Amino acid sequence: MELNLDATFAALADPTRRAILARLAKGEATVMELAEPFAISQPAISKHLKVLERAGLVSIGQDAQRRPRKLEPAPLEAANAWIERYREIWEANYARLDTLLETLKQETAKKPRTKRRKK
Amino acid sequence: MPAYVTLPNDREVRVTRQFNAPRQLVWDAHTKPELLTKWMLGPPGWAMSVCDMDVRPGGKYKWRWRSQEDGKEFGFYGTFTEVQAPARIVHDEYYDPGDVGGAMPVGDPAIVTLELQEANGVTMLTCNIQFASKEARDAAVSTGMTDGMEQGYARLEEMFKAKAA
Repeated sequence: MELNLDATFAALADPTRRAILARLAKGEATVMELAEPFAISQPAISKHLKVLERAGLVSIGQDAQRRPRKLEPAPLEAANAWIERYREIWEANYARLDTLLETLKQETAKKPRTKRRKK
Repeated sequence: MPAYVTLPNDREVRVTRQFNAPRQLVWDAHTKPELLTKWMLGPPGWAMSVCDMDVRPGGKYKWRWRSQEDGKEFGFYGTFTEVQAPARIVHDEYYDPGDVGGAMPVGDPAIVTLELQEANGVTMLTCNIQFASKEARDAAVSTGMTDGMEQGYARLEEMFKAKAA
């Protein structure tokens, strides 16, 4: 697996970082704005942001004063694409299993009840 | 409700799926060769050529798939360690590269845990695959890539590299 996917999955493996990404998905934000909903310090948020930036998931905007953080979706798309093809193989198998199960259900319904006796 | 794949940690894959059928039938479809060969075909263009299963603790199984295009084969084999019909089955899984080879490491097996739970005629399936290493897990997930997907993925990689530069 490419190094970039490693960095992406490592970045995603933390609930605070996932929450940061969810917030940035709604629009860019400064470190202060990002730290607000959490009960952790701004330096702690900055540490998380560095992990996200190294993974290419977050970039820093042009404004030198505000330095807004922005979500970069390409690594997430790469991670999704990697899993998605694998998922599609499972889904293709399970779609066939759905069809088979319908046949088996019908066969079960048709079976004569062996214990029934005519009076 | 379609199959859902998650990566619980760096060496596992978890697949969940619901079926509109009683658990017993889903169990049968997973444990009877005459049924398994009808649906567990693998990637497009492949069919099961071998499906031997002795479904009991300590029993062995052997699965092979053949490509309809060039006749190449690969497979999996191993031993059932737990069998609790119709709820739970645990087996190890060794990769048999056959004629296909490829990036998947041959060596320590994966551990597959299949669990079935039924409520109101709907069966929830959870399949957890624990690989021997992160590399083995990643190689297994990557073998799902087709040419088309690899091209798309390569383009995304380039986008990422360009942005990071």
